[in-house]
Amino acid sequence: MTRTIHLSLDINGKQHELDVEPRVTLLDALRESLALTGTKKGCDQGQCGACTCHVDGKRVLSCLTLAAQVEGRQITTIEGIAAEGGDLHPVQAAFIENDAFQCGYCTPGQIMSAVACIREGHAGSEEEIREYMSGNLCRCGAYNSIVAAVREAAEMAATGVAAKDKAEVA
Amino acid sequence: MRDFSYFRAASTEEASRATLDAGAMLLAGGTTLLDLAKCGVTEPDTLVDITHLAGLGDMTVDANGATIGALAKMGEVADHPGVKAAFPAVAQSLSLAASAQLRNMATIGGNLLQRTRCSYFREPGVFPACNKRNPGSGCSAIGGVTRNHAVLGTSRACIAVNPGDLAVALVAFDAYVEMGRRRVAIEDFYMLPGETPDWETVLKKGEIITGIAIPASPAAKNSTYLKVRDRQSYEFAAASAAVGIEFEADGKTVRDIRVALGGVATRPWRARAVEQSLIGTVLNVEAVEKASRLSVEGAVSHGGNRYKIELAPRVVARAILTMGGLA
Repeated sequence: MTRTIHLSLDINGKQHELDVEPRVTLLDALRESLALTGTKKGCDQGQCGACTCHVDGKRVLSCLTLAAQVEGRQITTIEGIAAEGGDLHPVQAAFIENDAFQCGYCTPGQIMSAVACIREGHAGSEEEIREYMSGNLCRCGAYNSIVAAVREAAEMAATGVAAKDKAEVA
Repeated sequence: MRDFSYFRAASTEEASRATLDAGAMLLAGGTTLLDLAKCGVTEPDTLVDITHLAGLGDMTVDANGATIGALAKMGEVADHPGVKAAFPAVAQSLSLAASAQLRNMATIGGNLLQRTRCSYFREPGVFPACNKRNPGSGCSAIGGVTRNHAVLGTSRACIAVNPGDLAVALVAFDAYVEMGRRRVAIEDFYMLPGETPDWETVLKKGEIITGIAIPASPAAKNSTYLKVRDRQSYEFAAASAAVGIEFEADGKTVRDIRVALGGVATRPWRARAVEQSLIGTVLNVEAVEKASRLSVEGAVSHGGNRYKIELAPRVVARAILTMGGLA
């Protein structure tokens, strides 16, 4: 069975046409067919969160999503969250500010998950962030800095002021 | 993952017809199905995608209870204010399950059909013997590493745990599973493994879960879901309990109590002996601990899972004492 199906996928606001086997996951379609390699393949079994993307604004695991299933949905990957001029998304900036990674492999998934976590209103305390970010594993163990970054980005989203600027104002 | 063909159903009827074909399977959230396809446990010829069907994800909560469409996502139900208010144990069972990403994907109907996490079941290449996967081939778990296996409802053919959390809360509060016009009490929906562990529910070929219905009750409104596990989040239960209590007007005598267990049995497990021993009594620590031990009546250890026979009654007791204001 090597039949392919034709798909038209809306990724980061752009329409992409591709022909893939029905079994191809969104993760493999992004990485292998569309050269969008920011989304990482960790366990490929829904256990690590490295492949986290947004579908219609909700965070999902692209390794357990068929590309065919998300035709007609809006897909956002790590390549699609920075501003058009190239300015980093505040969550990306907060990860750098807080040194929230070591090897960096889980980072795109962590950031996509964090953006959604803040938007859902689940980043109110360290405890809540740890619970709602638990689907993203970091084998380097950068969790303390990741939690700090999410916390800072959440506060910034709530107040409109970057944490590093707050100190300057004070 | 072996290749398959993909068919997007335009209606429930069309999906139902398509799954009558041997080798066809319904695809909803895909979190179990694609995982098991990658493990080589399921090898569908055709996947019938029902995620684009409209209306199957609707939810209503009123004085009579909740009706939840099969395509509602775990996360949506967990966060629904009506569900949280009238069925706290149901909402908690969902928010303590899986991860935020998986809860955005997995549907309520699919959740009820999630397969066991038995590591022998999940590794066909290494462990060919599994009566659930391959009827009559034997059980690799019996005599193996059984730390995560069932102590209740087991048979000589299978000791795999039903890993669900939601189903445990639903069993406690007498929910129904709806398959179009057919409606089955959730306790009757799940079958004991017996000699046919491959046959897990009463769902027939071509039938589709269309939703669940949970009747409102004072016990469901005053309920909790306690889940104890190896890590604090994103982990299956070592033992869990759904408990709801209705008190008499005096505020202390138990009029109605519901107790169900998860993580320890081959299907979601209602503990009626615990309920019966506490109805009409005023709760105290000693009586609750004694009654909770009835939850594991008939439990069988296979070695590594022996701790569950100690753990489960403690989890039940803690949940009851919490709801009784004694913990």
